Amino acid sequence: MRPPVAPPGWSRWLVPPAALSVHLSIGQAYAWSVFKPPLESALDLSGTQSALPFQLGIVMLGLSAAFGGTLVERNGPRWAMSVALVCFTSGFLLAAVGAETRQYWLIVFGYGFVGGIGLGIGYISPVSTLIKWFPDRPGMATGIAIMGFGGGALIASPWSARMLESFGADSSGIALAFLVHGLSYAVFMALGVVLVRVPGPEGAAEVSGASGVPGASGVSGTAERPGAAGAEAAGTSSAPAPGPQVSARQAVRTPQFWCLWVVLCMNVTAGIGILEKAAPMITDFFADTSAPVSASAAAGFVALLSAANMAGRIGWSSASDLVGRKNVYRLYLGAGALMYLLIALFGDESKPLFVVCALVVLSFYGGGFATVPAYLKDLFGTYQVGAIHGRLLTAWSLAGVLGPLIVNWVADRQEEAGKHGSDRYGVSLSIMIGLLVIGFVANELVRPVHPRHHVLARKEPADDATASPAR
Amino acid sequence: MTPPPPRPGDQASPPRRRPLIAGAWLWVGAPLAYGLYELVHKAKQLFTG
Repeated sequence: MRPPVAPPGWSRWLVPPAALSVHLSIGQAYAWSVFKPPLESALDLSGTQSALPFQLGIVMLGLSAAFGGTLVERNGPRWAMSVALVCFTSGFLLAAVGAETRQYWLIVFGYGFVGGIGLGIGYISPVSTLIKWFPDRPGMATGIAIMGFGGGALIASPWSARMLESFGADSSGIALAFLVHGLSYAVFMALGVVLVRVPGPEGAAEVSGASGVPGASGVSGTAERPGAAGAEAAGTSSAPAPGPQVSARQAVRTPQFWCLWVVLCMNVTAGIGILEKAAPMITDFFADTSAPVSASAAAGFVALLSAANMAGRIGWSSASDLVGRKNVYRLYLGAGALMYLLIALFGDESKPLFVVCALVVLSFYGGGFATVPAYLKDLFGTYQVGAIHGRLLTAWSLAGVLGPLIVNWVADRQEEAGKHGSDRYGVSLSIMIGLLVIGFVANELVRPVHPRHHVLARKEPADDATASPAR
Repeated sequence: MTPPPPRPGDQASPPRRRPLIAGAWLWVGAPLAYGLYELVHKAKQLFTG
């Protein structure tokens, strides 16, 4: 598919809403829990079984982002958004058939497998394009999109719950709800497919000029070869943009990629440590005090954490454009460890302190997700940043399994040992601090990529197949 | 002093693009506002619940 090149006069401010239309939709995945109780009662499922579609969806997100990243770079954002639209909405339609015919495997296959491919391709679809449109503010640009993934659950959670109230929580009601979700998201995501554009020859030349790299335009040569420039902006280039440019294939062979992989994995695991146990945690911490926390107040706390997660995505990621990527990760990991330490030492003495520390940790969790594409761009350039980002998201897949496993396992062991209240979480909090320290060290080890990995220094037939005709 | 270099699409949007920009942001902003409204409503329970 030919990447959609922006005509002259196209505004770059049309690209973030295109990205948001996809991310706000696929962010629905985090609202899957709304469907769990109705599915369990309608199809006689256990809690573990009803979580399967979501779990498979997250696994497929990581796998499709990792393996589909190069295809996304090759075919451009419109192709990727179209694939995401088709897979994500088809997943809902298959799940609707599964619910109506009471075939649970079809719900797992549809929502988890097919929809999960839509999640992965959709997640990385706008990243590369946004970075190319906003070379001056890549953190802010990707922060807007990735904030949408957090915002998707905020929209879907009440919307899906109201739909189930209206249609009924039996299998036919669930099927109808899945059907409406699929059709609505297809229409909503279509805006992204229609609007998304990659910078044209004129824009690509301006990107070269905006980089501030001496002799940049000479390196890229885009000004002299307009046709190539548009393709380059789509990631299908025959010539790299200025600055360090590393292919996805080569990036995974650098220590920088794996340091960032560890940073992301540790930051996400530590954030999940709070997210997974937020409601029981705040209840347990203040159970023996004069002001215990009720179930509805705990639900309010969880909602506030979601807001902090979302605000962190746009706020911290934008801040990284000013203070630098490495510094902002020092904050996420260093201050994050400090916040966990404060919760462990004084959390049960002050409710405001507990709440503020947890909110800060969750804002760092969101910020870590949103800032990483810009960090990748700084290290590896824009050449195949979407594909590199896709490969890095395997860290999220592992953290998504590791985080809940650690927290739940430790909490169960502590309960068996007869501990109660805040004592149940001491070991978990210590583990989270340790993970953040590991992430902090990994971030300190990040150095600029050696020039031998740059695309100009090497010839890579496999990755450069995207651009080989013009090379 | 050298003016900062231009960036893609950074120039003032042609007037005919402005309704499209406004419409696109409204398209994604309206559901997000609904989600935020529901979130604030729920978060208030932390202080009142």
